[in-house]
Amino acid sequence: MNTVSQEGLLDWAGPILQGALTTLEIAVLAYAIGLMLGLVGASARLSPWAPLRGLATAYSTAVRAVPELLLIILLYYAGSQALTALTNAMGLPGQIAINGFVTAVGVLAFVQGAYMTEVLRGAILAIPKGQLEAADAFGFSTWARFHRIVIPAMLPNALPGMSNLWLILIKDTALISVIGFSELFFTIQQAAASTRAHFLFYAAAGVIYLLMTLTSTALFARLERYVRRGQPISEEA
Amino acid sequence: MDFSWLADPFYQAYLLEGFVNTLWLVAVSAVGGLILAVAVALARLKGPRPLAWLAHGFTTVIRGTPLLVQLFFFYYGVGRLLEGIPGVQDSLIWPILRDPFFYGALTFILSVGAYSGEVLRGALLSVPPGEREAGRAFGMSPFQVFFRLWLPRAIQLCLPTLTGEMILLLKSVPLVSTIALMDLLQAANIIRDETFLVYEPLMLIAGIYLAMTMVLTVVLRQVERHFPGTQPTRHRWLPIRGQARTPKVPDTPHHR
Repeated sequence: MNTVSQEGLLDWAGPILQGALTTLEIAVLAYAIGLMLGLVGASARLSPWAPLRGLATAYSTAVRAVPELLLIILLYYAGSQALTALTNAMGLPGQIAINGFVTAVGVLAFVQGAYMTEVLRGAILAIPKGQLEAADAFGFSTWARFHRIVIPAMLPNALPGMSNLWLILIKDTALISVIGFSELFFTIQQAAASTRAHFLFYAAAGVIYLLMTLTSTALFARLERYVRRGQPISEEA
Repeated sequence: MDFSWLADPFYQAYLLEGFVNTLWLVAVSAVGGLILAVAVALARLKGPRPLAWLAHGFTTVIRGTPLLVQLFFFYYGVGRLLEGIPGVQDSLIWPILRDPFFYGALTFILSVGAYSGEVLRGALLSVPPGEREAGRAFGMSPFQVFFRLWLPRAIQLCLPTLTGEMILLLKSVPLVSTIALMDLLQAANIIRDETFLVYEPLMLIAGIYLAMTMVLTVVLRQVERHFPGTQPTRHRWLPIRGQARTPKVPDTPHHR
C-alpha cells in the first residue's frame, strides 16, 4: 500500500491542534472537579461517622476495581439515560442527548475523584498528629485548621501522587474517543482513516501526548520544589 | 433489568471466549513484560551508554503516551505497513501478523516492560551495594551475582508494586475491544448491539472485572507471602500507577 495521498499532515494540523486544546480543556476541568471530589472523598473516608466512611470506601473501591474504559462507556450511557428519566419524570417528554464535552469531563472527574480520594487520604494521614493538636490547642476553627495547617502540611506528601494522577488523566482522555467525542485522539483517528496514513498520524498522536506529559512532569517538579520550601532537604535530592 | 439473554448459548460462547482471551492476554503480557522489564532495568543501570539511552527513551515514550494510542499505532500503523511489504501476506508468519491478539499482546508487553522496568530499576538501586560485593568476594560471576543475589533482592523490595502492575494490566485489557479482539467488553458490545440492552451486558462485565480484580489480588498476595524473604507488608489493594514507592534501604557502611 502506498501512503502517498492528496491530504497530508499539514492539512490536518488545524483540526489536530483544536483537538489538543479540547483535550487539555477536558483534562483541566476534570482534574479540578476530581480534586474537589477527592477532598470530599478523603474527608468522608477519615470521618468518624461510619456510614459516610462506608460510602466513600465503596466509591473509591468500586471505581478503582473496574477498568476505566468500561466505566467511561457505562457512565456515558447511564448518564444520558438517567437525565432522560429525570426530565421525563418532571413532565418533559423526549430523549436527552448530553453534550459530549460535559460527559467527558463528568466521567473522567468521577474516575479521577476515586483515585484522588486515596492519594489525599494517605497524605492527610501522614501529617504528624502533634501539628493538628497544636492547631486545636491554639483555638483554630475547623476551617482555619483545614486551610492553614492540613492543606500546606499535606501538599508535599500528596503532590507526587497528584502529579501521577494528572499524567494518568491526560492519557485517559484518549479513552473518550471511544464514545465518539472529537477530542485529540478522535481527530487523529479521523485523519488517519481519511488519509490512510495510519503510521504517520498515530506516531504524531504519540508525539503530541508525549509533549503534554513531559511538559506536565517539568511543571509538577517545579511545583513540588515550591511546596517543599521550608522542609529539610531530603536525602533523595 | 433483563438478563434473559444470558441463557442464549451464542452469547455464552462470546462471553466465554472473551473471558479466556482476557486471561490469555494477561498471562502472555505479564510473562513477556516482566522479562522485558528485567532487560530494560539492566540496560539502564549497567548497559553501555547508547543502550542505556535507548532504554531510557523507550520507558519515557511508553510511559508518556496513552496505551490506546500505542495500541492503534501498532495495530493500524505498523500492521498496515507490514501488510504492504511484498511477500509478507504469503509468508508463514502472516496468520500471526494478521491476528489482533498479536498486536494486543505486543502493546501490553511493551507497556509492562516500561512501567515495571522503571519500578525494578528503582529497586535494584535500593539493594545495598555491600551485598553485591559480598557475592563477588565469594567468587560468584557477575552473571551469578545478578540472577542469584541482586535481582531476587530487588524483587523482594518491589514485589507489592510489581503485583500492583499486574492488576493495572488486567484493567487495561478492555482496550483491545477497539482493535476487534474478542475480549469481555467486545462480547458485551456485540450483545448490546443485538439485544438493544445497554446496561445489562456492561454491568455483567463490570461485575466480572470486580471479581477478577479481587481474585487476582488474593492470588498475588499469596505469591507475595510465599516469596522467600519478604516481610508481610500491609499495603492497599488496588494500586495507583506510580504511587507505591520502593522502600529506601539504608546503605550498609563501607568497611575497609
